Amino acid sequence: MSDAAQFNVTLTARDLAVSRGGRVIVDGVNLVVGPGEAAVLRGPNGAGKTTLLRALAGLLAPASGEITVSAEDARIYCGVLNGGKPTLTVTENLRFWAALYGASFGPARAAFGLEPVEDRPMRELSTGYQRRLGLARLVVSGRAVWIVDEPTAGLDAASTTAFECLLAEHRARGGAAILATHEPLDAPGARTLELEQ
Amino acid sequence: MNALLAIIARDIRLAFRAGGGALQAVSFFALTIVLFALAVGPNLELMSEIAAPVLWTAALLATLISLEQIYRADREDGSLDVLVETSSLLALTALAKATAHWISTGLLLTAATPVLALLLNIEGAALWPLILSLLIGAPGLSLIGSFAAALTAALPRAGLLIAIIVSPLYAPILIFGAGAASAGAAGDPQYSANLALLGASSLFAAIFSPLASAAALRFNLD
Repeated sequence: MSDAAQFNVTLTARDLAVSRGGRVIVDGVNLVVGPGEAAVLRGPNGAGKTTLLRALAGLLAPASGEITVSAEDARIYCGVLNGGKPTLTVTENLRFWAALYGASFGPARAAFGLEPVEDRPMRELSTGYQRRLGLARLVVSGRAVWIVDEPTAGLDAASTTAFECLLAEHRARGGAAILATHEPLDAPGARTLELEQ
Repeated sequence: MNALLAIIARDIRLAFRAGGGALQAVSFFALTIVLFALAVGPNLELMSEIAAPVLWTAALLATLISLEQIYRADREDGSLDVLVETSSLLALTALAKATAHWISTGLLLTAATPVLALLLNIEGAALWPLILSLLIGAPGLSLIGSFAAALTAALPRAGLLIAIIVSPLYAPILIFGAGAASAGAAGDPQYSANLALLGASSLFAAIFSPLASAAALRFNLD
């Protein structure tokens, strides 16, 4: 990873409320995530973690409040769904993403150890490998703000560690991250945001 | 531009993979025409009179059954989020999706038409107006259909709803398309008027569908 690709993006949410199906799911959220910082959302099922993440990623319009990002096209959202096509092979999925984000996919494939399965259709992969492919999109995108829902669900210990290392590397280069998880995650210096039901 | 071409290439590739809609549409098209030819029997005169309307109706129905998957599959596996997040203009992404659908169904049906037209006693000079009308009209079918698919992306089993939404919108294309093919075969001067109106319908769809699809997709993201 070169030092040239330094990120400098800050995401700010002010007094944010998000509703789904006409019902307010989360409100009063204030959050600032700057270069090198990370925030971890925690809370019971149904607390609105996914809804909040999707709003922060710009996929859901907030009911009130505002979200500002200091650069355009800086956010990448990786939800519980991996966003790949089941009938395409691992490499075909990665190549498609690389074309969309205008980047290369080689480093991402190596970072998540996907070479052994690169020619297999995604639907034939185990849950863990599918998740690794989904997470590889974060690296492919080259975007500054990672917004990830349950990053380590389905991952084995080694892959979880690999993700933690990549996250640390991303933050060291000035990247930011907002994660929602139920599992213990080693992210030094990350702020925790507790959501209540 | 690269991203749009990548979306078109990906969707065409998916259409020909297992579970893709391309072969389903073209088989349905062929089957309908074969069954129709069997049902009418050896009355060649009647056959050549109704051949163009039958072929156009079969093409429309074959397109219709392939619409449901255009956006629903992308929404179910999370790739719709990826498309939205990387899109500089969502209407252009929708146009790329509709283009891919046309190439993997409409263009394929048009390519299969010369063979199937033999069964309906369309030959020689009568074939060209039919092909031309499909080339002009089928993109309109995909454009309008992809709008209905975007509107119903979040609904399971939306097939019937899609059929209800597109039927009135498909009517002009069917009328002018079948009209142009029949008039062209008969040497009728209304041929060019029908073709022009068919082209206008497709062009209108090319403007309205991407914009309306983009709005519908935004609404269906949550």
